[in-house]
Amino acid sequence: MATSETYAAGAASAPKPFITAERVVYLLLFIGLVALPFFSKGFFVFQMTKLLIYAIAIIGLNLLTGINGQFSLGHGAFYAVGAYTTAIMVEMMGVNYMLTLPVAGLICFVFGFLFGLPALRLDGIYLALATFALAIAMPQFLKLSTIEHLTGGVQGVIVFSETFDPEVPFGLPLDPGVWTYLFTLFVGVFLFWLARNIVASRTGRAMMAIRDNPIAARSMGVNIALYKTLAFGLSALFTGVAGALSAIAVKFVAPDSFTFALSIVLLVGLVVGGVGWLPGALIGAAFIVFVPNFAEEISKGLSGAVFGFFLILVIYLAPQGAGGLLRAGVGRVKRLLGGR
Amino acid sequence: MDLFLQQIVSGFATGGIYACMALSVVMIYQAIHHLNFAQGEMATFSTFIAWQLLAWGLPYFAVIPLAIGLSFIGGFIVERVVFKPIENAPVLSHIVIFIALFAIFNSAMGFIWDFSIKPVPSAFGEGPLYEGSLLSKHQTGMISVTMFVLVLLWAFFRFTRVGLAMRAAAANPQSARLVGIRVSFMTALGWGMASAIGAVAGILIAPVVFLEPNMMLSILLYGFAGAVLGGLTSPLGAVIGGFIVGIVENLAGTYIPVVGGELKLPIALFLIVVVLVVKPEGLLGRRVVQRV
Amino acid sequence: MSAILEVKGLEASYGQLQVLRGLDFEVAKGGVTALLGANGAGKTTTLRAICGMIRRKGEITFDGQRIEKLGTEDVVRLGVAHIPEGRGTFGTLTTEENLQLGAMTRPNNSDIQADIERCYGFFPRLKERRNQQAGTLSGGEQQMLAIARALMLRPKLMLLDEPSFGLAPLIVRQIFDILADVKREAGVSMLIVEQNASLALELADHAYLIETGSIVISGEAKAIREDESVRASYLGY
Ligand SMILES: Nc1ncnc2c1ncn2[C@@H]1O[C@H](COP(=O)(O)OP(=O)(O)OP(=O)(O)O)[C@@H](O)[C@H]1O
Ligand SMILES: [Mg+2]
Repeated sequence: MATSETYAAGAASAPKPFITAERVVYLLLFIGLVALPFFSKGFFVFQMTKLLIYAIAIIGLNLLTGINGQFSLGHGAFYAVGAYTTAIMVEMMGVNYMLTLPVAGLICFVFGFLFGLPALRLDGIYLALATFALAIAMPQFLKLSTIEHLTGGVQGVIVFSETFDPEVPFGLPLDPGVWTYLFTLFVGVFLFWLARNIVASRTGRAMMAIRDNPIAARSMGVNIALYKTLAFGLSALFTGVAGALSAIAVKFVAPDSFTFALSIVLLVGLVVGGVGWLPGALIGAAFIVFVPNFAEEISKGLSGAVFGFFLILVIYLAPQGAGGLLRAGVGRVKRLLGGR
Repeated sequence: MDLFLQQIVSGFATGGIYACMALSVVMIYQAIHHLNFAQGEMATFSTFIAWQLLAWGLPYFAVIPLAIGLSFIGGFIVERVVFKPIENAPVLSHIVIFIALFAIFNSAMGFIWDFSIKPVPSAFGEGPLYEGSLLSKHQTGMISVTMFVLVLLWAFFRFTRVGLAMRAAAANPQSARLVGIRVSFMTALGWGMASAIGAVAGILIAPVVFLEPNMMLSILLYGFAGAVLGGLTSPLGAVIGGFIVGIVENLAGTYIPVVGGELKLPIALFLIVVVLVVKPEGLLGRRVVQRV
Repeated sequence: MSAILEVKGLEASYGQLQVLRGLDFEVAKGGVTALLGANGAGKTTTLRAICGMIRRKGEITFDGQRIEKLGTEDVVRLGVAHIPEGRGTFGTLTTEENLQLGAMTRPNNSDIQADIERCYGFFPRLKERRNQQAGTLSGGEQQMLAIARALMLRPKLMLLDEPSFGLAPLIVRQIFDILADVKREAGVSMLIVEQNASLALELADHAYLIETGSIVISGEAKAIREDESVRASYLGY
């Protein structure tokens, strides 16, 4: 099977020792993230929640682009579908918000899978355009008068309109904002674990084989159509769950929160984090959450330009994103230690 | 039937806008084999320059060459400064650079000229072409100029050495270097020409839609759609594609009940995606045979 | 005879893999030098290194000028025509456009059209196919086109990478005859890489044998051709 620089080695190697440097880093990171809301202010916790949500969405995008080599400029659409699913279920049907996540994921999976079918015939620019069209179309569909009784039209839907906040389960003595953060974190950790397992599985290897060399993959009997659409579906699933979490965290959905700009932002997060490197999602998400604020602080009128400038800087310094930078760094250290 | 004809004509007129933008898209595609998402903003920036020159009291016939010339130089410089250093980075990094350029131009325009809409007078005068004509003077002028640019481009690529060199550089950069062509210079030239054509498009479009920093947002999309529909490698295809998009958009808005104003864009894009699924290389495009 | 191309200590790598390990050789002005060696010895890489298609170290002097720091297009502009492995035709352009491209670095008013006709004189087949897309030419026709395109530069030095590759013996003969003519009439120097050693040695005055990135044998083409042991152990005929 064709190899990939990023993952195939991990996928095929012999059993590793239980404690690896990687696991220690993850553990420390997790502890840090769990502890974080207890040492910070409400608004920062909300921003960190958003960061985690974006990170999940970016992982979804990475499954498609990094692992399977397909483009999408329209993942905001899946995010929107996930968000609306949760909003409608919570508000109109009175379903517990936690139970809406799997439903949102499933609906997005089906949606993504179906979208992946025509996308099979397109690649490169054409796929970019088709997905972009999806991103553009989504807010307009959400505004359609025929489904206004569900979507609330332009006004959107206020989530938790009665209780005002998502309910904290088991009577835990937590602020709802902090609980939302922790809930997002747990879901995120689970999805990250899931994504890694998908990548390491047969399915993941087939997807990477298609990315690296479609013709060779086909000649090895990989069902290209199946895996490409599957990649679309899985990717949409992750991004859809992120959207669902955003409905819970923001407590409001409206068509104009899901314009094509959202899709673009996700793509930026993907590239900044590193295409094909799942943990990069956190770094990419941090970039898209914090850098615009930072740019705003530097210059109100020119914040867009400052943001653009930072973006260019990142691409210059790390054309392969944070993941590429890390790989280069690790490679250099290894070479230094190993004396070439 | 009358309504139908009228819709076709008015679709044709809007199609002229898209066709013009599509030409600029084809030009940049020829240079970098990619779509530049900042192209609309760059064209709008050029239009603002023209507007500013007009506001300073320069006559139209001086403003147009000036704005086009400045845009050419601007596009050339943007390529040299921003794009060249990451020429060989992965495609997604390019897309991100385009997004960055988009943000920079958009925000700079808002900063310099603010976000209020500005009327721009037409260079062709106001009113219908003749008594009872379906096309206005401006629309006629716009379509004629688009056709003129198309012919110019065709002649440039067909008959000039630089045009041939640009085609060679696009077709096979490695071999182009081996015959002594400065490939990276050709890329910059392509950016320059694309932004010059973008300037023409912007100046033609502004009198129709009013000038403001987001003027080109959806127009660029239609331009992409037109170019992709017609075939990204063919200027003629792009122009035809632009017109088709305009007409389809208008007819869909009129005859499909749910569509109305809001859904025109998604419907047009949807149709394009359908066409592409059936014929991925576009109507007049060259199928690129990939060897593995 | 002085050298038109002088190479000293040429090294080149692909990533971590070093392919050329310090080559020294030269091409005499107006002469033909053959570069022989097994598959993967580094012949193609040597030609690429000369005209800057890959990063290289060492001294390369062309016509009295150091060129190891120049980019490909600048080396070409000095009068080095490289006919690469795989021919490098512009498949989507016509035959004639390909020829015009060969003269891209020459001033516009010079007699380019006359040179095109001269090339058609060498290769009448190309004239018949002048408006055909080059990608649809047969392999042999494309090889003719590649050589013709190189001639359009009016080069001082031609770098030929396996001009006989994939061609019928008759065509190979024809192409080598034309190369001999070009050498004689226009005084073009050549560095030629060939698997068909006997043919290359017939055309060449001097030859080098490369093995895994180093030169192992150097000498008069005639001497090498007649050296039984070299023939048996390296050239295999
Ligand atoms: N682009 C490349 N990337 C990595 N390694 C390469 C590349 N091109 C060539 N090589 C390696 O460099 C070595 C020399 O290759 P080169 O093409 O110069 O050989 P050659 O002498 O021309 O062989 P042949 O007679 O088969 O054409 C080979 O081992 C080859 O695998
Ligand atoms: Mg070779």
